[in-house]
Amino acid sequence: MSEIIKKNLSELIDLIKKKEIKSEELANLYINKVNKSKKLNSYITTCFEHTIQKSKEFDKKPNLNSLLPGVPLAVKDLFCTNGFKTTAGSKMLENFIPQYESTVTENLWKEGAILLGKLNCDEYAMGSSNETSYFGNVINPIAKDTVPGGSSGGSASALAADLTPATIGTDTGGSIRQPASFTGTVGLKPTYGLCSRWGIVAFASSLDQAGPMTKSVKDCSIMLEAMAGFDKKDSTSIEKKKENYSKNLKTDIKGLKIGIPKEYRVENMPKEIDELWNKGKSILKDLGADIIDISLPHTKYALPTYYIVAPAEASSNLARYDGVKYGYRSSKGNDLIEMYENTRSEGFGDEVKRRILIGTYVLSSGYYDAYYLKAQKVRQLIKKDFDENFGKVDAILTPSTPSSAFKIGEKTNDPISMYLNDIFTVPVNLAGLPAISVPAGLDKKGYPLGLQLIGKTLDEQNILNVAYAFEKNCNFKNEIKNWWL
Amino acid sequence: MSKDKFDYFIKGEKNKYEVIIGLEVHAQVSSNSKLFSGSATKFGAEPNSQVSLIDSAFPGMLPVINKECINQAIRTGLGLNAKINNNSVFDRKNYFYADLPQGYQISQYKNPIVGEGKVLLDMSYGSKEIGIERLHLEQDAGKSIHDMDPSNTYVDLNRSGIALMEIVSKPDLRSPEEVNAYIKKLRTIMRYLGTCDGNMQEGSLRADVNVSVRQVGDKKFGTRCEIKNVNSIKFMQMAIEYEANRQVKLLDEGKKIEQETRLFDTKKNETRSMRSKEDAHDYRYFPDPDLLPLKIEQKLIDDLKKTLPELPDNKKERFMKDYGLNSYEANVLVSEKEISNYYEEVAKLSDKKLAATWMMGDLFAMLNDKGLNISKSPISAKNFAELVQSIKSGEISGRIAKEVFELMVESGDNPKKIIESKGMKQQSDPKELEKIINEILTKNKDKVDQYKSGKEKLFGFFVGQVMKQSGGKANPQLTNDILKKLLKG
Repeated sequence: MSEIIKKNLSELIDLIKKKEIKSEELANLYINKVNKSKKLNSYITTCFEHTIQKSKEFDKKPNLNSLLPGVPLAVKDLFCTNGFKTTAGSKMLENFIPQYESTVTENLWKEGAILLGKLNCDEYAMGSSNETSYFGNVINPIAKDTVPGGSSGGSASALAADLTPATIGTDTGGSIRQPASFTGTVGLKPTYGLCSRWGIVAFASSLDQAGPMTKSVKDCSIMLEAMAGFDKKDSTSIEKKKENYSKNLKTDIKGLKIGIPKEYRVENMPKEIDELWNKGKSILKDLGADIIDISLPHTKYALPTYYIVAPAEASSNLARYDGVKYGYRSSKGNDLIEMYENTRSEGFGDEVKRRILIGTYVLSSGYYDAYYLKAQKVRQLIKKDFDENFGKVDAILTPSTPSSAFKIGEKTNDPISMYLNDIFTVPVNLAGLPAISVPAGLDKKGYPLGLQLIGKTLDEQNILNVAYAFEKNCNFKNEIKNWWL
Repeated sequence: MSKDKFDYFIKGEKNKYEVIIGLEVHAQVSSNSKLFSGSATKFGAEPNSQVSLIDSAFPGMLPVINKECINQAIRTGLGLNAKINNNSVFDRKNYFYADLPQGYQISQYKNPIVGEGKVLLDMSYGSKEIGIERLHLEQDAGKSIHDMDPSNTYVDLNRSGIALMEIVSKPDLRSPEEVNAYIKKLRTIMRYLGTCDGNMQEGSLRADVNVSVRQVGDKKFGTRCEIKNVNSIKFMQMAIEYEANRQVKLLDEGKKIEQETRLFDTKKNETRSMRSKEDAHDYRYFPDPDLLPLKIEQKLIDDLKKTLPELPDNKKERFMKDYGLNSYEANVLVSEKEISNYYEEVAKLSDKKLAATWMMGDLFAMLNDKGLNISKSPISAKNFAELVQSIKSGEISGRIAKEVFELMVESGDNPKKIIESKGMKQQSDPKELEKIINEILTKNKDKVDQYKSGKEKLFGFFVGQVMKQSGGKANPQLTNDILKKLLKG
């Protein structure tokens, strides 16, 4: 197997720019490995003919000034891709081919990237282990009986297994950061509104945000630069100038104040996580940062708040999948109502149904005030916690997840324990803030663990810099042995 | 029928009842594109030809507010003397139906764009103020067509996503007649503003009608029923009449009114139950997370205020003051912007009062007959003014004027040209008239004798003869004067 595809995105870009490798050659290297890696089940759809054709076109007339010149990329199957199946991991959209391109993927193609395929994910991005996908669970290349996390599990697995040089996911409650942590990769959830949601299959509109998943912080800055930007087609998109995250990346974090929230030291947290956190603190301290203890008192309400707000929005967002216009339609039923019932019963999986039911319940008349309205108020308090502390600190350091990758099937019958996996990531979505998960070490089993850096609104550059400095001094090495080949 | 006292009460077997009516009017916003997408809004287009990915709710599609629709709602709010809310929220109203692609309608629930306002009605028994509770913006649904195929329903999404203004009145209306006046007044205001074409046949204006009754003298409202989606004033009036009587009958029998939603069957002319309060949908309203709260700067409201045209109430006042019209005439002439414009053009060039009389008489009758709008009138305002002036100056008589009017309708010609070419000018030369009259008197000596011996009724006969002789052109006043003089002699 070629050593080239083990390289980081930024290194591959250099090779292409120096004309040491052609786009088509690179594409073939990935295609070759993807074809041999079906066991991981990280791809739902491949489009290799398209990839080769586009890479040939690139090689004929290479635009080397673009951010992602001729780079083949696979993306989470939640992004609508014009002419290529977009399933959202659901039977409902098993054969759905959009006639439009999501803004974020369009931005990537404009910067020279080429679609390699669509990556597996939890159904409608609802899950933390990639086990709710209609197309089967995804395997973490770290070990054959472990989950890659979710919902962007296919993205994390493919990235860690060198089946794509970088990728993008979506993060509603941790769906980028948690799988990044589980696979020893870097994942960033941008500020809500930095990346357009247009053309991304919606889960929970006020929380969904697309972001990069990469092998290094530098790669992450390049990808974020390519995908972010104001979009007038998304009313919640933030109007601001494009930033050069990769150019402005620096390792000097001297004098920066890093907050350590005491509420993130949860009960029954494995000792290893605590040790990792301490390791993170001391690395940053050694780099000249001030470590400051802070309190985010409403943290414990974040998970219940999230599991009211997200299902509420989802129950409404998923109403459009009714068998009338596109997607799966049951052949059973004598009238419209029966057709709806059968279509949605057969088309959605259990986790999606569970969340639709929860969401419908919390919005129902008589329950709205007690659940949805109260959750919105708590959400404001959670946001306020962060706002108040960002007066004192420049970024916040926490573990990304309360454990390393767990076993396939371990939590499938216990949704609460599954939901608890997002305990450190969810508050960030509720507050709309940017956060990055960087690999920080391995546990006893040799499974990777990540640390999370949370930043102020639109302060992506700052958390990228801290993560960059951390990465340079952490000496993390992912141990993936290609056991499936 | 005009009356000077309000008298719409329903007498039951036992008691006398008052009818309480509130309307939720759905007015389609005049705009080139839909509320949250760029699709066109033209009526009568090929089915599903004005549908974007947003209107058909494809995965990942997001709504973006059409600013023009916001401006139109603000204009309408200002026209209803209402408070414009600087902050309002779009909510999702969730329910499943085949012609509702998103599975929810984007509407405004707790925080509408426009708050309380009022509309003034001119009733024969005086003017009456009707309170407006609120105006909010929402998306229309598509159309389900059930009768094109025996076993399938067809869906046309052209209407899906078109902007509607829901204008909710307070329960201030008390009779079908007031409802008629209210709808017409709303329509007039919106047409003046250009915010809704008010075309009920095309469904641009429809209403849900809330009806309750209470014994005369009671202060408390009775239980109401809502009659859904009535699309003509006539049907609204019929539905209210039926529903009020149904409720009165129940109450007089000692029964209770159930709060429910009813439908008006236009064939049977009756309302019937659609769903009870218990079966009412739970729409699970919540703020649409795809849209930010709508903030309206005071400056925008002020700027729009400056662009508002003169509205019917003000115009009516001005017509009465400047043109000496009575309240009724002024009301009729401001009822449509085009009519008021036509009248003003005519009044500038001719006698104001006479112009009003002729417009409201012959011109309106003719337009009505031909089913024409005044903007399509075969007689231009300028020609009509000349006709009025010819009458006023005595150049032609009223009777001749009617003939000239007919010829103007046929040819579109200028009245002067018609009068000239057909020699229709009034005979007002005393010498000429005297000559004609003398001839007639000579020819009818016997009748002259009878007249002189007391049979004065014969005067009319002589006038008739003069008119016949002159081809109707003899000046009637002059003819009378000369006849009287000669018959005396």
